[in-house]
Amino acid sequence: MKPLRQSSAGEHPGGGSSPALGAARAGRAGRPSSGTELGERLRAGDLSAAPAVLNLVENRTDAAREEVVLLQKAVAAAALGGEAPGHVVGVTGPPGAGKSSLLSELVRTWRAGARSVAVLAVDPSSRRTRGSLLGDRARIAFDPTDPGTFIRSTAAGGRLGGLAPATRAAAHALAAAVDVVLIETVGVGQAEVEVADVVDSVAVVVQPGSGDALQFLKAGIMEVPDVLVVTKADLGDIAMRARRDLAAALRSLGERDTRVVAVSSVSPVRGMDDLVAALEVHRDTLDLPAMRRDKRRASALAAFAAEHGERGLRVLGGPRAAARLLVAEPAGADVPALVNVLEHHAHAR
Amino acid sequence: MSHRLPERDRPWMMRTYAGHSTARKSNALYRSNLAKGQTGLSVAFDLPTQTGYDADHELARGEVGKVGVPVAHRGDMQALMDGIPLDVMNTSMTINATAAWMLALYIVAAEGQGVEQSALSGTTQNDIIKEFLARGTYAFPPAPSMRLTADMIAYTVESIPRWNPINICSYHLQEAGATPVQEIAYAMSNAIAVLDGVRARVPEERMGAVFGRISFFVNAGVRFVEEHAKLRAMGILWEELGRERYGVSDPKHLRLRYGVQVNSLGLTEPQPENNVQRIVLEMLGVTLGRNARARAVQLPAWNEALGLPRPWDQQWSLRIQQVLAFESDLLEYPDIFEGSIVMDGLVAELLEGARAEMAVVAEHGGAVAGVDYMKASLVESHRERLGRIESGELIVVGINKYTETEPSPLTQDAEGGIMTVEAAVEQEAVDALEAWRAERDGEAVAAALKGLRAAAAGDENMMEATIAAARAGATTGEWSQALRDAFGEFRAPTGVGEAAAAVPGTTAAIEAVREEVERVSELIGRRIKILVGKPGLDGHSNGAEQIAVRARDVGMDVVYEGIRLTPSQIAASAEQEGVHVVGLSILSGSHNALIPDVVAALRERGVEAPVVVGGIIPEADVNPLKTAGVAAVYTPKDFDLTLIMADIVAVVAEANGAAAAAA
Repeated sequence: MKPLRQSSAGEHPGGGSSPALGAARAGRAGRPSSGTELGERLRAGDLSAAPAVLNLVENRTDAAREEVVLLQKAVAAAALGGEAPGHVVGVTGPPGAGKSSLLSELVRTWRAGARSVAVLAVDPSSRRTRGSLLGDRARIAFDPTDPGTFIRSTAAGGRLGGLAPATRAAAHALAAAVDVVLIETVGVGQAEVEVADVVDSVAVVVQPGSGDALQFLKAGIMEVPDVLVVTKADLGDIAMRARRDLAAALRSLGERDTRVVAVSSVSPVRGMDDLVAALEVHRDTLDLPAMRRDKRRASALAAFAAEHGERGLRVLGGPRAAARLLVAEPAGADVPALVNVLEHHAHAR
Repeated sequence: MSHRLPERDRPWMMRTYAGHSTARKSNALYRSNLAKGQTGLSVAFDLPTQTGYDADHELARGEVGKVGVPVAHRGDMQALMDGIPLDVMNTSMTINATAAWMLALYIVAAEGQGVEQSALSGTTQNDIIKEFLARGTYAFPPAPSMRLTADMIAYTVESIPRWNPINICSYHLQEAGATPVQEIAYAMSNAIAVLDGVRARVPEERMGAVFGRISFFVNAGVRFVEEHAKLRAMGILWEELGRERYGVSDPKHLRLRYGVQVNSLGLTEPQPENNVQRIVLEMLGVTLGRNARARAVQLPAWNEALGLPRPWDQQWSLRIQQVLAFESDLLEYPDIFEGSIVMDGLVAELLEGARAEMAVVAEHGGAVAGVDYMKASLVESHRERLGRIESGELIVVGINKYTETEPSPLTQDAEGGIMTVEAAVEQEAVDALEAWRAERDGEAVAAALKGLRAAAAGDENMMEATIAAARAGATTGEWSQALRDAFGEFRAPTGVGEAAAAVPGTTAAIEAVREEVERVSELIGRRIKILVGKPGLDGHSNGAEQIAVRARDVGMDVVYEGIRLTPSQIAASAEQEGVHVVGLSILSGSHNALIPDVVAALRERGVEAPVVVGGIIPEADVNPLKTAGVAAVYTPKDFDLTLIMADIVAVVAEANGAAAAAA
């Protein structure tokens, strides 16, 4: 069958000899957006930099990765004179629990209160084709002319239940520019653990009548979230019962701080203000600088291990010894700087 | 039983789905169609009217008067029906989300002719579930939509006894890819959801009458023997349902009544004259056997895959019906399949399959709660069908076999053998609307809309308040907005997320494109990301969904946002998502207005990603679109999705190469 177009890409499947492909390679070698400049824009609260920031952190070329290091430096606590002001929130739950509709209403609620919001929706990818259908955007209502809302869908990149590798860097960078960064992931059991490594507060979404969350909590399969959200409050009694059961289960586990909130994302919408308040209460209880410092150190260890493997860690004397190497570093040090420290030690030995 | 009827049967009702530009022009078309021997009307409304927007709404841009007639208020309906006696005419309206409103306008128009509403006969399509599943002209969320439907049924059964308040549509399910089993099962499940809803709103003893007023609108494909069996199976299931679930016993109430529009999905752009024989065969599927014969038939025109048909094209289709009904001997015999082993066997097969699938829908909580499940199943079936066409397993003459052809004389005129709607129609409609608003009694309208809001907020039947608003002179957009305010907005599931991972027996062609996607993605640093969007009000999302799924299957990251997007929304999404290419799908004929708008909105935001377009795009429009900045245009003759994907990857590669060279 004839191709629809005599494309340069089709004609030269192997190499860079054609002019078009040569140019494309030049594009690869050419400079990506400047991380320092993007960082400056974010520091100034300019959310219009967000698309370019995401394009940069997702870019796997060497040149782009160098710029990402500069970006992270530009929005690090040291550069900001303290932790980034944005509240980084993770929302996770099983498919069909009503996360997207919930997000839509949450964004609306925050915007009504004049808070700027960046949503990073992480979708599972097909491991067979490596492609993915990023469908959540379709269910989040937004005003295209609103400069205070940014929504980006990202493929998980084949990591089961996991976070797209670029999501952490993006979330921390955007926290310099917006009031709320919201990361949405799919799953129960592991997803909230992964997302917890990146965010300040974790909300797990469950639908009434599913029972899974209750069982997972009791069995200890699911980490206790900071906020538990029961959706579909419009179902009335079923939702209220689910809320009671979950609250009882949490009490029996001795977890008295986790708030359980019932919401309805369909008209009449309710519970959104309660949810926003619950997230704020949680944030206020945190020692944010200490928590983010610890999470950055953990991230740096994970990044080092991903790059250099078990062998790399052994060179440093094992994970615990490696962790101790970071304790002396400044609290506000950014992840690339911490990775650098580890690599420096490894190199020296 | 004699092999002859004592008396020749009366033919079915003959209609042509028609309407365009303005109420006045459509009225002239209706009158000329009736003069040619058409026996009923079938009104096609434009998309703003179907989705509840006035001509001056942002979303109406490019769509006014395109796929049907705009009807904004009682004055338009009066003009549309001018000189057509509504006490004898049987009018079918393809209207769903705004069905209650259009019926109200029709009632008021009849009053103007001195005709009581009790004398009216006709049909409002009014099947909202299939709008969520396949056609996309919904306006309100499922629960209040079902309430509106139930209100209309409860109202018409008492006040307009010869009205068919709902036409449960399996038609669009087949267009969306349904197999015969799915078509039967989903239509029946849909009917159950509707009837259960009405049962709560009418006295128990009226259920027989309600059941008797439910009619179906089915599709007939070119596999016409099986299609006939499908209708026999539906008749059996319907009777069973009436007796067992709703306690209906009157045989008159238990008969399956259906109208039909034969299949458009199988009509082809290449060698379009072949569509005539397809249409003939499909018509036979719904007329051959007397026991399951259609009550009303409308045939598409041979050139539907090319664009909007002209009056002559529609006349040709009407004449096909007339030759069968009046020249052939078909209507002289009783059922010709009685006792046929083949027919009985096919019916039994379909019944078994449909019953099993109905049980699955029931497990998903019925047709309303099961929309996601049914939608995903349809996307999957459609993908499977396209895969078989691509592989050549399913032969489509002129598409994947016997493609050698002489130039068709039918498409040699300057317009390419189709009708184009004058661009001025939209502004005329906007001006007329302004004039209407200025002249009417504004206080009466405000009072009527207040009453409508109160009815919507409460639990009473909404028809009275709707008719009052129609009389007062409210507009389609105002009626809908009042209900949107009360009920909220809604976005239906897209079905693509749930579709399975890869085409059964992934082909070498797909593998090759996957390789290319990997190579180009590596080169540009990120996986190729495509935004698939449907600008405007066109809800026919089947094509866009298949593109989205195939793009995923060849390894791209796909942002699919569903239907009904403004150019500004598409541009914002493309920017925020950082996509490498934007793919737009339009089937409503509004591409000349909307596509350049989208391109402009993208460039205004600094998004340089190339734009590709697919849909029912006449050949003559391809070059103007390219001049407007479109990188590639895919028309119905580009049936091979994998080839389209290969082309899109090439577009992305070229754009990135060129962009870097310029920098």
